[in-house]
Amino acid sequence: MKHKNILIGILLIALYLAVYAAIGTGLIAPYYQVNLYLMGINIIAAVSLNLIVGFTGQLALGHAGFMAVGAYVSAVLTLKLGQPFLPAILAGAVCAFVIGIIIGLPTLRLTGDYLAIATLGFGEIIRGLLVNIDYVGGAAGINGIPKLTNWTWLYLFTLLTVFSIKNFVNSTHGRACIAIRDNELAAETMGINTTYYKVLAFSIGAFFAGIAGALYAHYFFLIQPATFSFMKSFDALVMVVFGGLGSITGSIIAAMAVTFMNAALINFGSLRMIIYALLLVIIMVFRPQGLMGTKEFTLKHLFRVKEGGSS
Amino acid sequence: MLATKRLTKTFGGLAAVSNLDLELQQGELVGLIGPNGAGKTTVFNLLTGVYTPTEGDIILEGKSVVGLKPYQITARGMARTFQNIRLFNSLSVIENVKVACHWHSRYSLAGALLRLKSCVNGERQMQENALELLEMFNLAEKKDEPANSLPYGEQRRLEIVRALAAKPKLLLLDEPAAGMNPLETKDLMELIKKIRRLFGLTILLIEHDMSLVMGICERIYVLDYGKVIAQGTPEEIKNNKRVIEAYLGEEA
Amino acid sequence: METFIAQLLNGLSLGSIYALIALGYTMVYGIIQLINFAHGEVLMIGAFAGFYAITKLKLNFFLALIFAMVVSALLGIIIELAAYRPLRNSPRLAALITAIGVSLFLQNGGLVVFGADYVSFPQAVNKVTYKLLGGSVTVTSHQILILIVTIVMMLVLQYIVLKTKTGKAMRAVSFDKDAALLMGINVDSVISITFAIGSALAAVAGVLLGMYYQTIYPLMGTMPGLKAFVAAVLGGIGIIPGAMAGGFLLGIIETFVSGYWSTTYRDVVVFGLLIVILIVKPAGLLGKDTREKV
Repeated sequence: MKHKNILIGILLIALYLAVYAAIGTGLIAPYYQVNLYLMGINIIAAVSLNLIVGFTGQLALGHAGFMAVGAYVSAVLTLKLGQPFLPAILAGAVCAFVIGIIIGLPTLRLTGDYLAIATLGFGEIIRGLLVNIDYVGGAAGINGIPKLTNWTWLYLFTLLTVFSIKNFVNSTHGRACIAIRDNELAAETMGINTTYYKVLAFSIGAFFAGIAGALYAHYFFLIQPATFSFMKSFDALVMVVFGGLGSITGSIIAAMAVTFMNAALINFGSLRMIIYALLLVIIMVFRPQGLMGTKEFTLKHLFRVKEGGSS
Repeated sequence: MLATKRLTKTFGGLAAVSNLDLELQQGELVGLIGPNGAGKTTVFNLLTGVYTPTEGDIILEGKSVVGLKPYQITARGMARTFQNIRLFNSLSVIENVKVACHWHSRYSLAGALLRLKSCVNGERQMQENALELLEMFNLAEKKDEPANSLPYGEQRRLEIVRALAAKPKLLLLDEPAAGMNPLETKDLMELIKKIRRLFGLTILLIEHDMSLVMGICERIYVLDYGKVIAQGTPEEIKNNKRVIEAYLGEEA
Repeated sequence: METFIAQLLNGLSLGSIYALIALGYTMVYGIIQLINFAHGEVLMIGAFAGFYAITKLKLNFFLALIFAMVVSALLGIIIELAAYRPLRNSPRLAALITAIGVSLFLQNGGLVVFGADYVSFPQAVNKVTYKLLGGSVTVTSHQILILIVTIVMMLVLQYIVLKTKTGKAMRAVSFDKDAALLMGINVDSVISITFAIGSALAAVAGVLLGMYYQTIYPLMGTMPGLKAFVAAVLGGIGIIPGAMAGGFLLGIIETFVSGYWSTTYRDVVVFGLLIVILIVKPAGLLGKDTREKV
């Protein structure tokens, strides 16, 4: 157990340094760096949404709304109020968390499609309200946000997200969420406060979506209400479902794959979205349970051949 | 221990349970029987807070539990199994049991997110508790298998173990012998006796299998159309005219 | 008072279009419990079919309308066959994603085929303005036409659903698919017919929207689609009269919010209303609450 943790730690540090060096030496051209950043942001968005949809079983379609909250709050803090980056990110995340509680309390009594529509509605409301706030530029949004998101911040927050959520789902609290997904009535009569855990999972998901939004705002330096449309929520949902509901590693792989796919398809111009949509339908028709199902990708998968040989 | 006072539940004008007065003494094993649709499971759902009573009161250890949420009632010392098995199918056998430990042994959320010592210790303790229970009921070997891969009888047993992990004072069993063959039913009777001996619980059980009810219950309530039509010892119930009518009437 | 009546008339025209779209959502949801996110795009294709029928085929308005209905109905059937049928027994989420995938496909296909520009919709029916109440309130022939077409469509639909054998089969399938199958109903073809009817109604809505706003474009279906879905939920999803009532109600509320308050708050109000309804009465205004058996 100990050895495995050390090995993972070394691998993660090595990955960080390798990419850091690759950016520094120009091995990763600036054009490709965009995709690297999008990858990190997408991983955060997908893993946090997986906590809500995959582990807790609550179909939410308003994740982009929380990204918008994180993006706007952090951008106002850095650009307009001159605050440093880290407190701005955290403030954005905390605001998203609080709004997650406010939205979650009434809506999480709903189930299935009704919940999906209610959260979709809330996402649209957040967008609609932003359009009406002149302080944040209305429909034109905020321009000229300082470009503070760098590889170190991105990597740190991606790791923070992944490990926090992994720890959460492997704890008694996460088990409570999975129990709710599997059988809500049984969970409740076994002593689980289902409302509390549904709202908790929802707002923790919102918290990390807020971080994703803040990182996004400070990389692309322009945010508009239209940036955080239903399509962005949908993209995150696609990654979660592709990766497998309830598989963190699945979400990570799917987030990377979708980002990569989008980058690869850019050369197709206007056909890009058509191909993307077709792929969506085809993948869903042939693998509706997602890449990993509910399983996790572990080191064992990598060394399977080796282990098989020695035993 | 437990008492219901004029407990009534109506669904759109139809009384599923009406003016029900139950009383369970500490340590008793009481059966609740009756024809299909007599309102037995509704009684369980009322007791555990799944439904709110239309009228009447439920007193657990001297305090009313009406209006409490199911999880709060669990914390007051009541746990149940379900007629149609409701395990957490994507969780392993031992994890199913650990879910029921949640309300009495959970550790802080911060500890969980950052995997602090409180979390590691808490998890270890839950693991030990759960394993101990599983060993007691011969499920330890299968602790890491998915709950839904167990054979039917073991799934029923796991539901009972899970309920016990919630540390109840009162255990409600909803048709524990449903779908079991006579041999399995016999094992189940031994199991229930063992539970009483080891945990000193009060038990209320719903059952259709008369051999089981008559074999282990000390007292029996008979429900028909949501009303108690008879109560007494197994011997008294066997010879009760109204009970025979209710059952024969159903078969005729 | 005059503005009130004018707004009400506007609301009724917009609302009748929403109602037509909402009907398609509600029928499909009623029968396969799927939010057909591609419905708005079927509407868009219908609008373009109507457009080409008028400009290229030189058909008159009513023939163009029927042409659009046929095109959309076929499209609806194809979508169901190719994308939804293989997923009928898959997790609901997979079907939902597929529906959005189909929607994206049609939107972007539309962008490639029709171009991204707004196309001005031909005035196939002369726009005559009538003055009411001594000239203070005006009604256009378009508004009247929209209302009449909608009401006729609704009557036809009611007739099909309530009086014909097909309608009976549709109701049977939406009530209990397995039992319907056992009763010898061809469930597959009933589902196809449902898609065809819903899509044809969307085409009508598309052509009417083209007339109402006088422009059409490949992304025109998205927002009205979403709004109409809200309307279907308002009335009670799966309930046909509910979709009609919800559509009219939503159209009227929207025009009143725009007219008396602000256009930018219009969508906030619509979605706010959706959430209030979902929380207070999730089964919708005309729906019955159901409970899970424990």
